[in-house]
Amino acid sequence: MGNGLIKFFIDRYVDVCIPYIRPIQGNLSMYLNEQEQQILNGRLGPEIASVFASQIQIGEFFGAEKFVEVSNAHFMGDYEVMGDAGADLLTELVLAGLKVKIPTTRNAQCIDVINAKQLRQSLELIQGEKHITELLTQLGVSVTNTCIGYQNIYQPHIGEHVAWGDTGTVAYANSVLGARTNYEAGPSSLAAGLTGRTPEYGFHLKHNRRANIYCKITTPLVDLAEWGALGVILGQYYRDYWAVPVFDYVGPSPISDQLKQLGASLASYCSMAMFHLIGSTPEAPSLEAACSGRQLIGELEISRKDIEKVLEETTSKDGSVHLVVFSAPQLSLFELRNLAMLVGDQHFHQDVTVIITTNFMVAQEAERLGYLAVLEKAGAIVSKGTCWYIMQPELMRKEFGWSEVVTNSSKLANIIRAHNYRPILRSTQQCIQAAITAKV
Amino acid sequence: MSIKSSYKAKQATGKSIEAIAVVSPVTFSARYDLDRTNGIICRQDHPLRGTSIIDTVLVAPGVQGGVAGGWAFLAMKGLGVGFKGLVFGAVNPVMVQGAVAAGIPIFAGIDLEIFDEVKTGDRIFLDPLAKTVSISKI
Repeated sequence: MGNGLIKFFIDRYVDVCIPYIRPIQGNLSMYLNEQEQQILNGRLGPEIASVFASQIQIGEFFGAEKFVEVSNAHFMGDYEVMGDAGADLLTELVLAGLKVKIPTTRNAQCIDVINAKQLRQSLELIQGEKHITELLTQLGVSVTNTCIGYQNIYQPHIGEHVAWGDTGTVAYANSVLGARTNYEAGPSSLAAGLTGRTPEYGFHLKHNRRANIYCKITTPLVDLAEWGALGVILGQYYRDYWAVPVFDYVGPSPISDQLKQLGASLASYCSMAMFHLIGSTPEAPSLEAACSGRQLIGELEISRKDIEKVLEETTSKDGSVHLVVFSAPQLSLFELRNLAMLVGDQHFHQDVTVIITTNFMVAQEAERLGYLAVLEKAGAIVSKGTCWYIMQPELMRKEFGWSEVVTNSSKLANIIRAHNYRPILRSTQQCIQAAITAKV
Repeated sequence: MSIKSSYKAKQATGKSIEAIAVVSPVTFSARYDLDRTNGIICRQDHPLRGTSIIDTVLVAPGVQGGVAGGWAFLAMKGLGVGFKGLVFGAVNPVMVQGAVAAGIPIFAGIDLEIFDEVKTGDRIFLDPLAKTVSISKI
């Protein structure tokens, strides 16, 4: 065990664990089975004991009674957010010989090796990310670099416990698949991957999954931006991880990509990890089933006018367009197909940069099917294994003189303000038109 | 330290510390609000835009957004530009997981009356064991 790891965990291990070790059962609120007591007592090594101690600290904070075994872990861990301190931690875990116990995947990465020069990505970021990728590989992590693994890598079934990071994946897993997970931030979901378990609190427990906000949607929603707008509207009233909205929707049952946008937006604007859609999501065959007796804290009605207001309230300063981004979450195969159909044989305006992000698996298939050729011929940069907002957009803004971004992603519109961009949220078709005409 | 007043939280973990408070009237997100390299609040429409958070205790009514906080607190600590502690009204797991990873104390469910009294620049004392946040007398 390296000194760094000891130093890293020493505060937690001393403050949290040492008081509990003698005797463990006398002081811990959480129940630990025999195997878990052995982990904590260091029988499997001091390193994994320290990792487990951090999980106990979190479980105790949230009043978890015990741990639950998880079948899959997914975490965010790229150099942009981890920095050198995160890399140092991974290094110590590698030096300790630890490996993940369950299938564990990594979220989008922050560099596009192929387009790095064109996108003016810094050498520091490129080198840092490559180092992180090497370390994760040594830990046994499948470095899939995707935030849409639920669409083409692994779909946990109803009731299956997982430990997923990236808030949009969590919302999708809980809501659409009926799987059970909390938001698991990078170090936490990595810990779950290493120990194969996570504290049982929050959305692992059935009673916390019941709806307590009723939201009637009186208009059909078609475009992805319209589904994302729901999160924007709800976020004006509710920002509560523990709240669960149930949508009563008049339109046709939505497809995966629409629910993907809804989940990402609810997570971004409302900090929510779960929603129900009556008749569409597995735990909401009816309003009564979705609520299961939980008291409502609010009711809301959303009309076409409300949706249009969201899409109209973000505007350009002078109507000119220099950047259009389709990202956050990464695009599915059918989203790429739709973009290719909207573009056809047209070309994007020479003054407009168009960036599209997806994962490697989707990109490979989109290439085989000809969708990528259409988009790239039109002038788009199709970035693989990335998500744009973690690719140093602040640096790109300075390098290219960008100040506004047109997008159909409400999540991106929310995040990108931190990097001093003015977001313009528009429908997918309007985004394509903006890219072609350089006007919005 | 002489105590002016104390407020109780429902949940707390970490070590006891004393530091200057940065009080936000709006919910907090590490990714949306911060320049994580320089330890400054940078969100365009944030009421505290331009405020340094280095070695401070953030006091905010709630949280929003994504999992970035999980690594961000640790990364910022590594750069010497991080928070010394976190106090929230409502919280999501990310903030707690991130605080635990960075080894900084975090409080949730703080008595909301604290927002009537505590101001940015006040010196406050966090006692996770007692689950209390105390404001010092000047």
